[in-house]
Amino acid sequence: MVSPQFVMYEEEYQQIAAVCDQLCRESNSKVVFLVDKNGQLLASAGQTENLDTTSLASLTAGNIAATGGLAKLIGEREFSILFHEGERDNLHISIVGGRVILVVIFDNRSSLGLVRLRVKKASQQLGAIMEQLNRKIQSASVGSPFAEITDEDIDNLFKD
Amino acid sequence: MSFINYSSREIHCKIVYYGPGLCGKTTNLQYIYAKTNPEAKGKMISLATETERTLFFDFLPLSLGDIRGFRTRFHLYTVPGQVFYDASRKLILKGVDGVVFVADSQIERMEANLESMENLRVNLSEQGYNLDNLPYVIQYNKRDLPNAASIEELHRLLNPKNVPEFQAIASTGWGVFDTLKAIAKLVLQELKKGAR
Repeated sequence: MVSPQFVMYEEEYQQIAAVCDQLCRESNSKVVFLVDKNGQLLASAGQTENLDTTSLASLTAGNIAATGGLAKLIGEREFSILFHEGERDNLHISIVGGRVILVVIFDNRSSLGLVRLRVKKASQQLGAIMEQLNRKIQSASVGSPFAEITDEDIDNLFKD
Repeated sequence: MSFINYSSREIHCKIVYYGPGLCGKTTNLQYIYAKTNPEAKGKMISLATETERTLFFDFLPLSLGDIRGFRTRFHLYTVPGQVFYDASRKLILKGVDGVVFVADSQIERMEANLESMENLRVNLSEQGYNLDNLPYVIQYNKRDLPNAASIEELHRLLNPKNVPEFQAIASTGWGVFDTLKAIAKLVLQELKKGAR
């Protein structure tokens, strides 16, 4: 198996959420979210109430995977920044630490320049947190909650 | 690769429906979507061509309930079955926790089934996975068609390792949830094994 599982702990989640919050405020954007390359939403900030963040996460990961495939075809390792311009809202997507994807949704109250600038700073902070998280996962000092589950627990999920 | 989130107390797993073109992968997801309570499912996304052939993937997030205080969330994906979409298929297998191979029971599609299964094996190994070590079930779909091959024949050709197998008519839903339950169970059992 490639890598067994990805774990998010409370401590790192709080740190990541704080960085996303700060980025959202400082870049004057509507929404910021962080997704892992497999399409799992890690954290979000801003006006997320009317957004289907699960779908956004999955499509963002699909988008990055597809452009990554394109990059390889022309001899690039990856395209680390993608920008989609809409009539009202724009999407700025960047890869952080080669592993997670940072997405910023912004409108004309911000600008691409400002978003890029703030994203750069946030990426460094997020990269450091992700590294810390990786070390923690690898040392696996915290036991998995699933070591103790029984077949009965699993069967109970499927009772009609 | 499953994802355990201690902060939201959720566990996410990725299940991929694989198989030859027009075997019924999307139909499986559509039936699951139609028959699941609104609170247990998210929006179903289909990236398809104008003629409703899957272009990139279908995606359906599903919540199955709690285990030990953790909400189990399954992300169901299908791949595009048509041969020339191989590059997209590879991408969707990234981070997979379990595979459902949907076989088309029609005799004429036997070669397509075999080709797709071989393609699954190759694409998984490119990602560092071995199909024999992965939670994996097979569904023999379209059992209602007059030209369907016998189960013995399908089993002999497609299931030499004797993994769990199910008959189905995805368009009516028969066998769809049996298949889903079986793969979800295997994925959770694997998670338990991996946690030890």
